[in-house]
Amino acid sequence: MTTDTPLLTAQGLAKYYGHRLGCRDVDLTLHEGEVLAIVGESGSGKSTLLGLLSTELAPTAGRVAYRMRDGETRDLASLSEAERRLLLRTDWGFVRQHAEQGLRMAVSAGGNVGERLMAVGWRHYGDIRSEATDWLSRVEIAAERIDDDPRTFSGGMRQRLQIARNLVTRPRLVFMDEPTSGLDVSVQARLLDLIRQLVEEFGLAVVIVTHDLAVARLLSHRIMVMKSGRVIEQGLTDQVLDDPREPYTQLLVSSVLAA
Amino acid sequence: MNAPATAPASSMPAITYNFAYLDEQTKRMIRRAILKAIAIPGYQVPFASREMPMPYGWGTGGVQVTAAILGADDVLKVIDQGSDDTTNAVAIRTFFETTAGVATTTRTQDATIIQTRHRIPEAELKAGQTIVFQVPIPEPLRFLEPRETETRRLHGLADYGLMQVKLYEDIARHGHIATTYAYPVKVEDRYVMDPSPIPKFDNPKMNDSPALQLFGAGREKRIYAIPPYTQVVSLDFEDHPFKVQAFKEPCALCGATGVYLDEVILDDKGGRMFVCSDTDHCATRQAEGHTGTMSAPYAAQPGPLTPSPSPARGEGGNPTGIPSPLVGEGGSRPSRETGEGFATGESGEAR
Amino acid sequence: MPNTAQALPAAQESCAGSRLGAPAAPSLVRDTQDLLLSVENLAKSFTLHLRDGLTLPVVSGVTFDVVAGECVALGGPSGAGKSSILKMVYGNYRIDAGSVRIADGEAFAEVAGAEPRQMLALRRTRVGYVSQFLRVIPRVSTLDVVAAPLRAEGVDEETAKARAGALLARLNLPERLWSLPPATFSGGEQQRVNVARGFIGSQPLLLLDEPTASLDAANRQVVIDLIREKKAAGAGLLGIFHDAETREAVADRVVDVTRFEA
Repeated sequence: MTTDTPLLTAQGLAKYYGHRLGCRDVDLTLHEGEVLAIVGESGSGKSTLLGLLSTELAPTAGRVAYRMRDGETRDLASLSEAERRLLLRTDWGFVRQHAEQGLRMAVSAGGNVGERLMAVGWRHYGDIRSEATDWLSRVEIAAERIDDDPRTFSGGMRQRLQIARNLVTRPRLVFMDEPTSGLDVSVQARLLDLIRQLVEEFGLAVVIVTHDLAVARLLSHRIMVMKSGRVIEQGLTDQVLDDPREPYTQLLVSSVLAA
Repeated sequence: MNAPATAPASSMPAITYNFAYLDEQTKRMIRRAILKAIAIPGYQVPFASREMPMPYGWGTGGVQVTAAILGADDVLKVIDQGSDDTTNAVAIRTFFETTAGVATTTRTQDATIIQTRHRIPEAELKAGQTIVFQVPIPEPLRFLEPRETETRRLHGLADYGLMQVKLYEDIARHGHIATTYAYPVKVEDRYVMDPSPIPKFDNPKMNDSPALQLFGAGREKRIYAIPPYTQVVSLDFEDHPFKVQAFKEPCALCGATGVYLDEVILDDKGGRMFVCSDTDHCATRQAEGHTGTMSAPYAAQPGPLTPSPSPARGEGGNPTGIPSPLVGEGGSRPSRETGEGFATGESGEAR
Repeated sequence: MPNTAQALPAAQESCAGSRLGAPAAPSLVRDTQDLLLSVENLAKSFTLHLRDGLTLPVVSGVTFDVVAGECVALGGPSGAGKSSILKMVYGNYRIDAGSVRIADGEAFAEVAGAEPRQMLALRRTRVGYVSQFLRVIPRVSTLDVVAAPLRAEGVDEETAKARAGALLARLNLPERLWSLPPATFSGGEQQRVNVARGFIGSQPLLLLDEPTASLDAANRQVVIDLIREKKAAGAGLLGIFHDAETREAVADRVVDVTRFEA
């Protein structure tokens, strides 16, 4: 278990926006089934890091490698655009904070879920529809909403739809950017629980960016604390939260109620 | 298609335009875009669309393409929704008569260049003919992806799942693919293309056509093309295959079947008729003696609703005489269910 | 001392099921095979950066072993560092110095400086923990909360739930509560859910942090029985027992933590 090849590896990752630092000196490995939380305040570089890992941003320095479905580990910078896109819509998912960035708001729920299937060549309407129906039920959206577009959905439903849309191709790695922020507490709890269940059921590897330590506590195995563009502390989630070492981490932990 | 630098003096108007309005440099620029478009079937080539003396939406793209390929020997036909004599068609035809002095025609077979809005003529196009489509929105993915940078990338990668989503949405909302015009096609198994707002009825005519098909979008500044004998396939689902519209009755004037029909409202009591959208086709058939259920009264008294010249003018007029007993028998409007009118038209042809 | 290979069928199973695949070979040193936990010169202090870097020493030089079949109690007054030791063994607190080694099949796994995923694997198969407080997961039923460690070991859902139910019944938790999330339960009820969750797994080493703190006498007795059964099955237990009665009932020996005062 400890010897198998990681799914995702980052080495010496850095990103500068001109002279301004996004993040630097980031190394990490992620294995199948592992949930890694990246925490830190706004501007700490956590979203930049997520962008670098998910190939949405090009690093200024360093590299990211991924073990593809065929078992070969590839430097992501060496992928052609077509390969990169295929990876993004089959083996990866990306759940965004704002559903309108992760969904097609003018397309029905079924179309949103079916898009990835159609993109990988599904051409049978009935099959696409039954797969979409199945996924809507997994994320607790009633089947009769399949033809409604997400503009008519509540915030929590939109996030659940986003999850279904991403997981329909059974990805092995899912990036999440503050998936629960901006939702009511009760809605948040339901969503977190759903994510937790799906992560377990499908053995997903997840990189989740959050500023909410309670979210990190509930979902993640490991945690990385970022400050001013650098990882200042990392380790087992309960260890970092229960025995924080760095001054900043201690401040973070002491600033929240019962994380 | 050779464009001489000067037009025949006989047809020059008081104001001197360059032949076919556009200056030669502009035409060259457009021709280069056209050549590139032909070389990459279905690919949208950007071009420096000019201001034309007509508003966007009136066919400025098609007019520029036509202007660029028009030669003094060409015979031009211009149609709008199949009709040679609607305002738009007349205006553009007059425009080229004025600025280029070329011969014009309404007969599909006689034309070397056909500029069209929203239709492909019923008569099969021949090798050597060029059809120029006016295109409002050339990007078939625009409905779902507003970013041009992204749609270009999607075309580059032949990443067309999105297009399928549009068809999925149709079936989800209407139970069948409800897109009836501007129905997306895949050209030579590579680029997905918007065929311009022609009815999907015309889509199969684009496949393997002997004619050169050019598309111009003036406002969007794009030109694309389908070279002769190119594979053009309409997108669909395995369990919802592409189907063209079927009409349950023949043309009320010429009895034609298997053609695209327009509905014409006759009165405010629900009276209506279905007639060929292609006026040239309809007129030709009527001239050949074909009749429909309503041809007699309307042929006798051409009213404003009669979209075509009276068949009586045709040389090979109906050998049986116009007030055919069959038409009289038909007196009532054709039943769309039984295709009664179909029998009428065919019997006329049999004679 | 019972032979581990016979007395710990569950541990044997998880070893055979591991990636190594080979059946457990006879150990070279029998004592080593019985040894489940070895703590050596463990030290811990907290630096409170929010209070100008104030350093609170907790323990140092902590050294003791736990072998199969015994229950070791950590003794000493509140604040002596008992919980901190337990948490270091579980990887919950960082280890400043020294070593914590947990038997892991043929070898021993070092907890100090372990990679998170190594530690998680150890928790799944080698070391369990019953804390005083239940960390409630929203919307997850009591039965699922208790069955989770078995599910993580690879036991099928039906079996895991059946065993969870049996354990909850033994701890006198009314069946009508099983389908509810334990968030709204009383302290005693939550404690029993917690005990059930801790005892259901087949980890050969079990850490107990005041497992009977808020239980009545009847349920305390159930926990005592559970501990004895674990011992009989060859597990090793390391615990903090607030009440002397329970401690005397289960502990084979007491490690006095005040000896390790930093």
